[in-house]
Amino acid sequence: MASVSRANSSGSKLQLYSYFRSSCAWRVRIALNLKGLDYEYKAVNLLKGEQFSPEFSKLNPLNYVPVLVDEDIVIADSLAIILYLEEKYPQNPLLPKDLHKRAINFQAANIVCANIQPFLKLAVMNYIEEKINTDEKLVWAQYHIGRGFAALEKLLKDFSGKYATGDEVFLSEFPLLSKLHEAYEKLPAFCAAMPDVQPDALKP
Amino acid sequence: MAVLLRCCLTKISMASDSTAVSTEIALGRTKLQLYSFCRSSCSWRVRIALNLKGLKYEYKAVDIYKGEQFSPEFSKLNPLGFVPVLVDDDVVISDSFAIILYLEEKYPEHPLLPRDLQKRAINFQVANIVCSSIQPYQNIGVLSYIEEKVNYDEQFSWVRHHIGKGFTALEKLLKGFAGRYATGDEVFLADLFLAPQIHAAVQRFNLDLSEFPLLCRLSKAYDELPAFCAAMPEMQPDAVKL
Repeated sequence: MASVSRANSSGSKLQLYSYFRSSCAWRVRIALNLKGLDYEYKAVNLLKGEQFSPEFSKLNPLNYVPVLVDEDIVIADSLAIILYLEEKYPQNPLLPKDLHKRAINFQAANIVCANIQPFLKLAVMNYIEEKINTDEKLVWAQYHIGRGFAALEKLLKDFSGKYATGDEVFLSEFPLLSKLHEAYEKLPAFCAAMPDVQPDALKP
Repeated sequence: MAVLLRCCLTKISMASDSTAVSTEIALGRTKLQLYSFCRSSCSWRVRIALNLKGLKYEYKAVDIYKGEQFSPEFSKLNPLGFVPVLVDDDVVISDSFAIILYLEEKYPEHPLLPRDLQKRAINFQVANIVCSSIQPYQNIGVLSYIEEKVNYDEQFSWVRHHIGKGFTALEKLLKGFAGRYATGDEVFLADLFLAPQIHAAVQRFNLDLSEFPLLCRLSKAYDELPAFCAAMPEMQPDAVKL
């Protein structure tokens, strides 16, 4: 995995608790790569329930990845982590200077976080299957993704350049819109963050 | 009753600021517009933020029950068809989180985020727990779907499950950080997201808050704050029509 070794201010490495397939962890991996921050990858196997281990529960009593450890600071939640990284390590900014464009980035991030991804969580999909039926899972997922993607297409229509809100990569790059997918595949920082190149990808 | 009386007094005192509004317009400070539904907890968060920052705004009611969020005019403002939407001159922003962070940067008086980076992160985490792990599951559209596909009672089991899970997480998260308010002795971002969510859980879904002592205590603290009271659903111009 390519990474530029640049540790945090005291020289010690950041730690990222991550699961290779977690899209929330994936966002943080991209952010770390874009900022050239080296980190120790700490795999948490969600399928094996490792997020409920005593050790991990002590770090994050909410039992989800990703979690970032920066010396004595421990932060969970991808958005909280990324905004922390943005303030602590300002190199390669992930937010544009213009206030309106910043807002568009937050909006796009929250369309994914609050309007798409919550409906695709494993527990929710299992609920739909159990209470309705298996076929309904796909209908449900496609509905929420389609609605969110349609909104993103409209939202970003007047702002996108090479990337979602201009010609530089900003926070809202995380949603996988088809019209941006090709551009992302050319970026080393994004490629290095993909699930199948993570250390725990070898152990599904 | 005492809460509502305090709120009424707050409304009267805020209404008497109309001369201040005229002065602002005369000085070239265009009034902000907020597209809002009185009962929308997302709109409620932004109303609290505007009140805390002392920002006057024009209330533009969008009746969710009548489907006004799907009108062509409103869809142009927010393609997702949700409130709130803030209009600040030629800047149009939807999504409560995006709006509040915009207000925080554009109008820095009465900051809504602490300076300490760990505490800032906790505030963002709380906001995102509410935004992503609780509130999406109590949207009218989702509840109607559950009612249609399963049955009437199931929508309440569903929403209480998600609120309960989220509130349990919040109690754990805030244990080491809460003071008078969620992350200390000053009101910050987390409180703006918690107040409407706690209210909805109790008033709309009859959740028993006794299992969540910290959130129960915070809820009472918010009832004492004029900026929070003035943002309550029953104090909004469109509350009269319901």
